[in-house]
Amino acid sequence: MSVLVLVEPGEELSLQAISLARDLGGPLHALAFDASELGAYGVETVHVAEHDHLSSYAPGAWAACLEQLIDRAQPSAVVAAGTNRGNEVLAHLAARRDLPFAANCTAVGSDGTVTRVRWGGSLLEEARINSDLKVLSVAPHMVEATTVNGAAANVERFEPELGEEIVRVVEHAETPSAGISLAEAKVVVSGGRGVGSADGFGMLEELAGLLNAAVGCSRVVTMAGWRPHTDQVGQTGTKVAPDLYIACGISGATQHIAGCKGAKKILAINSDSEAPILASADYAVIGDLAEIVPAITAELRKAQAS
Amino acid sequence: MRILVCVKRVPLTGGKMVLTADEQALETRHLGFTISPHEECGVEEAVRLVEEHGGEVTVLTLGPAEAEEQIRDSLANGGDRGVHLVTDGEEWDPQATAAAIVETVQAEESAGGGFDLIVFGNESADSGNYQVGIRVAYALGRPIATGLKGLSVADDRARCEQEVPGGRDIYELPLPALVSVLEGINLPRYPSVPAKLRARSKPVEQRNPERPAARLEKLRLVVPPGQGKQAEILGNGPDAAPAVVEMMREIGVAG
Repeated sequence: MSVLVLVEPGEELSLQAISLARDLGGPLHALAFDASELGAYGVETVHVAEHDHLSSYAPGAWAACLEQLIDRAQPSAVVAAGTNRGNEVLAHLAARRDLPFAANCTAVGSDGTVTRVRWGGSLLEEARINSDLKVLSVAPHMVEATTVNGAAANVERFEPELGEEIVRVVEHAETPSAGISLAEAKVVVSGGRGVGSADGFGMLEELAGLLNAAVGCSRVVTMAGWRPHTDQVGQTGTKVAPDLYIACGISGATQHIAGCKGAKKILAINSDSEAPILASADYAVIGDLAEIVPAITAELRKAQAS
Repeated sequence: MRILVCVKRVPLTGGKMVLTADEQALETRHLGFTISPHEECGVEEAVRLVEEHGGEVTVLTLGPAEAEEQIRDSLANGGDRGVHLVTDGEEWDPQATAAAIVETVQAEESAGGGFDLIVFGNESADSGNYQVGIRVAYALGRPIATGLKGLSVADDRARCEQEVPGGRDIYELPLPALVSVLEGINLPRYPSVPAKLRARSKPVEQRNPERPAARLEKLRLVVPPGQGKQAEILGNGPDAAPAVVEMMREIGVAG
């Protein structure tokens, strides 16, 4: 039995999805929208869908392409990256075929069991998919994209039968970028309830300026209206992966840790030496952040000048 | 506009995940509960649309008897009436949840008229299945746009905005339609004391659907490794600053 993988244009996470799909066994088929070179990842056949109705993203159209390849290749599983679009398209496919769908898996077993992410990664679930055709997505950054010694993939172009889709992107509005983005920053200086007020973020901004860092915050802070939601790090905010994450006055609720556990190092600055954040941090300074943060800023300024 | 918002009761997990002995659920004896964050914003969005266009907001939840708390909270924030699909506290898988919602929507619509809009959170905070709204949309034969950070309604159409790298993707759906929203689409209001009191007397209808066998079957929960790291204490108070800068130098971020 083969396995069918959805490959999104220009999406690195799709390569992670292919790597997990190999664990299911059987020849790999990919649905793609451009002729990506996927042989090195173990894909045998790349089916490139070409149709006027695919000129802008429409989840129903992508799901229809998958359905037509299912009929052709008779796979035992359909896999995609656990991206917004990957999860959306697989949910469309599952709804069309009345199949169960396991989102954001980290591992698959040969017996139809999967391990999947709950609570944004703070908890795992072992589950069984009770259907012949398994539909599953792969949790981002939980599986490494690895290559194999494979031959170049066959490329087969096909024109799917597609109806008019009501749900499609009809317009794209560019947003001018403002400063260093949270998701890509090498250093993030983040504040929580302990910062005390919107004004309290001034000292975090100053430290961030010296470190070429982005400023983040916890959910408590956005709910209080001190910072915009675009600054929020966490399960329902932005997920960050800097070299250093500085958590100032953040207690360390699982909701927050789900957003910053991708950091290489975490420094916690907290008045409470028992705060849960210390169980997720690599370094900690205990005390009043209103004294500690300006002291670090002064020390860093001195070091940068010398 | 008639709007239906679907919400889910989830525990406030605090700093650590602790499981029950049978590994089937989180130990919640010492935890409070809340509305899953995306859905809390869904309620706010629905209330704002009705404040602008007129109409009524119905709040639906599928959950144990205690989930009435989350319906009442939603009614305190501007919802008009509630529908509670009461369960025995066992989890329902996404297909079962969607089927129960579809059945309820059909019953509500034949009794009280159609919903112009049905609002979901993009995914629940706990099980994170990313699919219930889409399944309901297919069963009802209506369009759905997901993961929205912006929503407006004019001339029987919903303009839906999704944040994507570098900007926003726009979808235009004819009503009736479904949407799923993300936290950040708005900042939910805090209920006033009078609003909380009024919410107590708003109507909440109870139904008792039967739970079918799970097709996405939970076997057990596992706390991932990595919890319980021990941070290296660099110092106490402002005197720790040199040690912090030294650490920044070592990992190459001191600028």
